[in-house]
Amino acid sequence: MNPKSVNRIATTVINSLVGVVVALLVLLISYILVTGLPHMSLDFLLSPSQSYQAGGGIRDQLFNSIYLVILTLIISFPIALGAGIYLAEYAPKNWIVDVIRTLIEVLSSLPSVVVGLFAYLVFVIKFQVGFSIISGAVALTIFNLPLLTRNIEDSIKSVPDFQMQGALALGLSKWTTIIKIIFPSAIPGIITGIILSSGRIFGEAAALIYTSGQSAPVLNYANWNPFSPDSFLNPMRPAETLAVHIWKVNSEGITPDANAISSGASAVLILVIILFNFFAHWIGKKLYKKFTVGEVK
Amino acid sequence: MNNRLIHFISALGILILFLTGCSSNNGSKSKEITSVGSTALQPLVEQAAHQYSTEKGLTINVQGGGSGTGLSQVSQGAVNIGNSDVFADKQTGIDAKKLTDYKVAVVGITPVVNKGVGVKNISFKQLRDIFTGKFTNWKQLGGKNQEIIVINRVKGSGTRNTFESSVLNGEKALNAQEQDSNGTVKRIVSSTPGAISYLSFSFLDNTLQPLSIDGVKPEDKNVEDNSWKIWSYEHMYTAKDAKKNVKDFIQYLQSKPTQDGLVKKLGYISIHDMKVVKSSDNVVTKK
Amino acid sequence: MKNSLKEKFLSPSKQTYQESFGKIISSFCILIIIALVVSILGFVTTKGIDTFTQSKINVFDFLFGNVWSPSSTGANGKPEVGAAPMIVTSFTVTLISAAIATPFAIACAIFMTFIANNRGSRLLRSTIELLVGIPSVIYGYIGLTLVVPLVRSIYGGTGFGILAGAIVLFVMILPTVTSLTVDSIKSVPDYYIKASYGLGATRWQTIYKVVLKISLPGILTAVIFGMTRAFGEALAVQMVIGNSITMPTNLTTPASTLTSQLTTGIGNTIMGTLQNNALWSLALVLLFMSLFFNILIKIIGKRGAAKYES
Repeated sequence: MNPKSVNRIATTVINSLVGVVVALLVLLISYILVTGLPHMSLDFLLSPSQSYQAGGGIRDQLFNSIYLVILTLIISFPIALGAGIYLAEYAPKNWIVDVIRTLIEVLSSLPSVVVGLFAYLVFVIKFQVGFSIISGAVALTIFNLPLLTRNIEDSIKSVPDFQMQGALALGLSKWTTIIKIIFPSAIPGIITGIILSSGRIFGEAAALIYTSGQSAPVLNYANWNPFSPDSFLNPMRPAETLAVHIWKVNSEGITPDANAISSGASAVLILVIILFNFFAHWIGKKLYKKFTVGEVK
Repeated sequence: MNNRLIHFISALGILILFLTGCSSNNGSKSKEITSVGSTALQPLVEQAAHQYSTEKGLTINVQGGGSGTGLSQVSQGAVNIGNSDVFADKQTGIDAKKLTDYKVAVVGITPVVNKGVGVKNISFKQLRDIFTGKFTNWKQLGGKNQEIIVINRVKGSGTRNTFESSVLNGEKALNAQEQDSNGTVKRIVSSTPGAISYLSFSFLDNTLQPLSIDGVKPEDKNVEDNSWKIWSYEHMYTAKDAKKNVKDFIQYLQSKPTQDGLVKKLGYISIHDMKVVKSSDNVVTKK
Repeated sequence: MKNSLKEKFLSPSKQTYQESFGKIISSFCILIIIALVVSILGFVTTKGIDTFTQSKINVFDFLFGNVWSPSSTGANGKPEVGAAPMIVTSFTVTLISAAIATPFAIACAIFMTFIANNRGSRLLRSTIELLVGIPSVIYGYIGLTLVVPLVRSIYGGTGFGILAGAIVLFVMILPTVTSLTVDSIKSVPDYYIKASYGLGATRWQTIYKVVLKISLPGILTAVIFGMTRAFGEALAVQMVIGNSITMPTNLTTPASTLTSQLTTGIGNTIMGTLQNNALWSLALVLLFMSLFFNILIKIIGKRGAAKYES
């Protein structure tokens, strides 16, 4: 067969595979939105949840989800960044580093309930941190680190070598080069990692049941003191996230409108993730433009 | 190489400092009650805690995690209250003598089937034979010609223990699908033709067909005089030397107003309405 | 004057200090991760090994036994903890879902980098990434309302089984595999592609003979992360696979994975008892299985890469 027709056939195959994926995506997301959007109202977003009466909202859960994502990223991103830089630039090429890499990858296959129980026994009980957002953030950090580290390492490695050589030739130290030149050029790739891991945080339930808990105390949104127990900013309070709420409502919820709450909350979750991803891409682009001269490819 | 070693050692030093810094962070928790365990009981405790804590200025932290977790944690002293669907002395590995049992509600459990099977009433023996695998088609029970699909509950869960001790009479259940929550079971039974499982009363609605057993309907009043035999207690366990505010909170849950109000609203049966008492060995006596 | 110049040349420069600082910071981060990994692995191992040391269960009985019922004793007077049905099921489900997901992920990645325009590819990618954030429960219920009835109507039976589980998992791991594949394809240096076009190769020849070969290790990493995600997934799979511990004989009868047994059982058992320890042993098996896959895939990757690196 001549290469041109092979090329045509291959393109058709690829396009049809992509077509299947697109169809799946459209089906899934419209299913969630169509079943959920009718239940979404301002009242649903702004009222607290109910445990047995109809008409409960998701105000606290929505806020907790976003807060947890931010806290987790604050903890896990610097660690992943440092580790990613180490693996990409400083790590010697020997078997020890290979073993470390493999162990990190294996870690990500642990079921979330195992990670949740580990964080529960160590942080919640042993260190007496208690059921709290911060314990939840630590648990989520544990299984976000592998993917995030790997992603940062790859993004840094994919920055062309001449950038590093040029900077070194100008007398910059390697570390300064990494922070000031390599890291900014790697931002678009790193954003992917952040989006994937924050998506996982938004959607995670099993690990959080044992760490940040599955009940939400009443929050006071006027109290900005993070050390006061009813303040919405207090990281030491237990918090139920949207995904946990969806799980709870579906598995043991006895409110008469459990189905409506579950589908409404799922639709809200999807919208929040869309907004978050949009925002992350936007920030990534801004930073990239600020630190480098190029446009995002 | 030497240089690298120095870098590693200093990094290790920071790490150790960091970890010891974490572990020395202990707060005072005297005004806090933590309760962990059964997800089935959680809505009740959570709602009661909500009302009680605003009255008393306490922080009551109610979490799930399952009956096993509740019992392990309370006997290790990690939490104040362990919520459980099962008697502590029926769980291997728990020293029940170290714990105090408070029964806070009664829950009735009923077999449910998919609406299409055409059976509404069966006998105890038939029910047992379905769950031990002797009947395989609804035709054998006077229903449609449809395969019986048994959805069991997870081994060790409170609902399954109750069901097996009241229905199976010591026989071994067949190896079947297992699901762990009322909500999931409800969805599967209502969407799978020929399915049978069992649920707490509070999860019944018009998507399912509850079964009467020997003509007795699954209703609260039948549980109260034990004419409906599949029911169990919801327990709250504390250590023997529990703090006063923990005991007060449980007493609040057991009080007549809470039992007649909240407990009934959440679909449980009040402990004050029960005319009989069940022991952990499933022996029922008149109150 | 001369002396200070000499000192300046002999003492470490500002850059050297910066460099040391950087090395310490980044080593510190990797040490945190190593500490976490080691403590979790150690934790799971010590708990999982109790089944064999304290309860004296034979490792072979555990790995090859067919009956899982830790609370009752079997014919040999020991608790029945045969994990083989779950090991086989986990293995099969993961393999099938990864096998379905990989071609789709590669096709999407090629489409995004070579075929679609910028806006189209970004839209597709963001939508796929959206899937990560959907909670497992929702996947489970969608599987229950769409996939299980579909399988039931095509193959008969109950519809619950490995096939339904694999279909749901395929959708769940698609975003991870696709995203990482896109990144690895994008990191192929432009000059390779230009050189290939310059030699008169068609787009497909360039993709197949240059791009895919160079990005192979990256694609394999993507598949590994997809598979590990599939291994670790509990809730969604458990709802559609039937969750019945029997040795799977075909793809449409109920079965149960390691993870779903672990997740459903762990809240109902008491810590320190055999029933609980046996579940941790399942976690240990899970770790070894993913280690096995990981090493296997790396070996394949190394073979593939070795041919093309000069």
